[in-house]
Amino acid sequence: MLNSIGRILPDYVEGYGTVRPFMGAYENLTKVERKGVSALSNTCGGNKVREDLAELIGEIDIKDGMTLSFHHHLRNGDKVLNMVLKLIGGMGIKNLTIAASSLFPVHEPLVQWMKAGVVTQIVSNYISGPVAQAISTGELARPAIMHTHGGRARAIESGDLDIDIAFIAAPAADAYGNINGVQGPAACGSLGYAVSDAEYARTVVAVTDTLVPYPAQRVAISQEYVDYVVVVDSIGDPTGIVSGTTQITRNPIGLKIASQAVDVIEAAGYLKEGISFQTGAGGVSLAVAHFLKQKMLSKGVIGSFASGGITGYLVDMYEQGLFRALMDVQCFDLEAIRSFKENEGHQSMSASKYGNPHNKGAVVDQLDVMIMGATEIDLDFNVNVTTGSHGLIMGGSGGHSDTAAGSKLSIVVTQLIKVRNPIVRERVTTVTTPGETIDVVVTERGIAVNPKREKLREQLVDAGIRLVEIEDLKNMAYELTGEPEDLELDDRVVAVVEYRNGTVIDVVRMV
Amino acid sequence: MNRFYRSMLFIPGNNPGMIQNASVFDADALIFDLEDAVSIDEKDAARVLVSMALETFDFKPSVCIVRVNPLDTVWGREDVLQIGKYHPDIILVPKADPEAIGTCHALLQDIEKENDFKPESIRIIALIESAYGVECATEIIKGSSRVDGILLGGEDFTADMQIRRTPEGRELFYARTRLATLCRAYGLQFIDTPYTDVNDLEGLTFDVREAVSLGATGKAAINPRQLEAIHRGFEPMESDVHWAAEVVATWQQAKEEGKGVFALHGKMVDAPVFARAEKILKQVEAVRGEELINHVE
Amino acid sequence: MIIQNPSCAGAMESNDILIMLHPSEDGVQIQLESKVKKQFGRRIESVIKTTLEQAGVTSTVVIARDKGALDYTIKARVITAVNRSLGGGSYE
Repeated sequence: MLNSIGRILPDYVEGYGTVRPFMGAYENLTKVERKGVSALSNTCGGNKVREDLAELIGEIDIKDGMTLSFHHHLRNGDKVLNMVLKLIGGMGIKNLTIAASSLFPVHEPLVQWMKAGVVTQIVSNYISGPVAQAISTGELARPAIMHTHGGRARAIESGDLDIDIAFIAAPAADAYGNINGVQGPAACGSLGYAVSDAEYARTVVAVTDTLVPYPAQRVAISQEYVDYVVVVDSIGDPTGIVSGTTQITRNPIGLKIASQAVDVIEAAGYLKEGISFQTGAGGVSLAVAHFLKQKMLSKGVIGSFASGGITGYLVDMYEQGLFRALMDVQCFDLEAIRSFKENEGHQSMSASKYGNPHNKGAVVDQLDVMIMGATEIDLDFNVNVTTGSHGLIMGGSGGHSDTAAGSKLSIVVTQLIKVRNPIVRERVTTVTTPGETIDVVVTERGIAVNPKREKLREQLVDAGIRLVEIEDLKNMAYELTGEPEDLELDDRVVAVVEYRNGTVIDVVRMV
Repeated sequence: MNRFYRSMLFIPGNNPGMIQNASVFDADALIFDLEDAVSIDEKDAARVLVSMALETFDFKPSVCIVRVNPLDTVWGREDVLQIGKYHPDIILVPKADPEAIGTCHALLQDIEKENDFKPESIRIIALIESAYGVECATEIIKGSSRVDGILLGGEDFTADMQIRRTPEGRELFYARTRLATLCRAYGLQFIDTPYTDVNDLEGLTFDVREAVSLGATGKAAINPRQLEAIHRGFEPMESDVHWAAEVVATWQQAKEEGKGVFALHGKMVDAPVFARAEKILKQVEAVRGEELINHVE
Repeated sequence: MIIQNPSCAGAMESNDILIMLHPSEDGVQIQLESKVKKQFGRRIESVIKTTLEQAGVTSTVVIARDKGALDYTIKARVITAVNRSLGGGSYE
């Protein structure tokens, strides 16, 4: 069958089930149901603390086919997922589902559990490194499910993603299960991605290396959701927690793109009092923040909030008074963590509050301007950030689709060509984010507006922005690179890409 | 009268990534550098790479200049002979003196004949970077009818003079003034030396102002980030453009009424004032590529 | 013409390609390594082959390590490698 953006999908995917095709970004349910949680009350009779992870794992009775969840606030420094699987792997348990909000190169040991059949399904919003490679080449028994950040919260709350045990890496916790992200050697700031897991899993285990006296301060996840507190030597490597890409680009092409993106923001009329803004942590995206800051300072504009993953750059803007608040689902660097501890206006938000389309209002819906990247973008403005042009998984939506759908002005900033690959192209390898939610593409060789945004187009032209058609960008790229050959992929589906509302926007086939 | 280029951006001649993206920065001219930016054992490779680039891309809207190696080295002549076949707009001759210019002129003459190019269609800019070069600049200009202008190489010049280069650039005052005057006298362009600290945009802005005030018509750049400040510096200020447009419009009206002199905002406008106004608008036209002077006659 | 002297040109840097020519008498053989081999492998090989033909080379083993070079760069690096081989010298 075809979904509304013309991707060919199977009606049924073995190991996934019946496919509900994507029929539009704003096709909405009038009524949603949240699942009921069946959990034992106060399971452990008052003493939640366990000194030994192995002992606890014996106690909670992990069975074949269960779903275990993890959050990714410790990013490439996370030790908890590997630690838990190392203990479970040897117990003869099979067919586990790992629902980790993101997976990084550090999670390489997971590949061996996939091959051994201990783990047969993965549910995640972003996967990079050896696990991504292994999924792409067919090492996982069932297809992986790729969510958006908001979509994962939705799936957990609706029961689509039913979690048996949530292992929550806790930078600090007290003996009764109050968790915060601001103390201890692995302090990571906000714990936004772990909130739905804690609220909806049948069993919740806090794994910490820093036990603080009761009651813990600055509680992010509260005791009423937590069954156990396990104390281990270390939950994470602080150097891996900080993202590698939180520097402004020095590449003159990136700077040109960024400065043009700010011209677009201004021409579209958003450079005014109360502007809300989000940008990724990539070099070009950060450079957009840099140029926006200069414009806001020179025009005396005070914004309402900046949101998303928070970097030191946004903290700097906040501390200079350019935003009244930071809405933080995840801290990207040490500056952001410091600010999260110190600044009252630097608030945490859960993934559900951030981007779930089926709650009573997400922060993305309050967002004016979103700056985002793209691995590929097609003539309908559909964006791929899930697979590379070689077909291998190397990322995922994260908040991409959520913010594109919610924001009033979504701008893709990208070089037209990377390593000979035309970024603007006839057809993208995988669709992550539908084109109807993307407004503008800014490249070093031209700016294109989605033809569906006629009014925006007029505004930009009136303001003197020179525009080209997206076909022109594609042609310019192909003239330099040549036309890429079609990939030869296997029929087997190795991952299902779910849009934020749970419908299937695309599938990833085996390389 | 040749076109004036506000900016000339140096692009290392053996760097494919920078070459293929050179046109996106809207520099008025690009200098593909086969000399200082290329190590001795890659001279041959850079020559071929730039040749293939000239064959493949048109680099519009920028004009293409190639800086060859000095003509008294083993690479210099070969550079001109190879690159010439691909018809760059301009050859930038380093360590310029009258002999080098003469040699380059003769080589280009042969190339143009062999390849059926229009005679003298490949132009020359002289890169003057020695005390001797500054002092015999007149002969350099007269050394070839292809010479369209002079670029001052501040680093090598100060080294040759055995003086220190400073951010303020007082040590360049004489060379700048002399070359600017000379170029103006012969109707050529004088392009100022690049500002070497790419992170100091404030210093660059000051340096551009200095160059403009001494009569430079453009400035070289070693990083695309420098272009904005350079373009801003060499474009007439918006208030000047506004004034000039008003003068020209009123002048035309006055002419229709048969008046040769009139007053605008209480100031007298006569032929020299009108000429200055017209010049400003022409300069803007040349840069923006749009017609500002409405020739109704 | 048969390549007599081994030679190389280019670099393993982004947007560039390293071309190594080795003596051989069995016609032109190309071993290509490239991140974009799936999308552009055939085209890259054809550019190498055509450039060698135009330079009159009938026999050599080409080892090409590509980091996303465009056609003009591939062409330039092949020409330079051939020139260097003819110049008798290899710097590897």
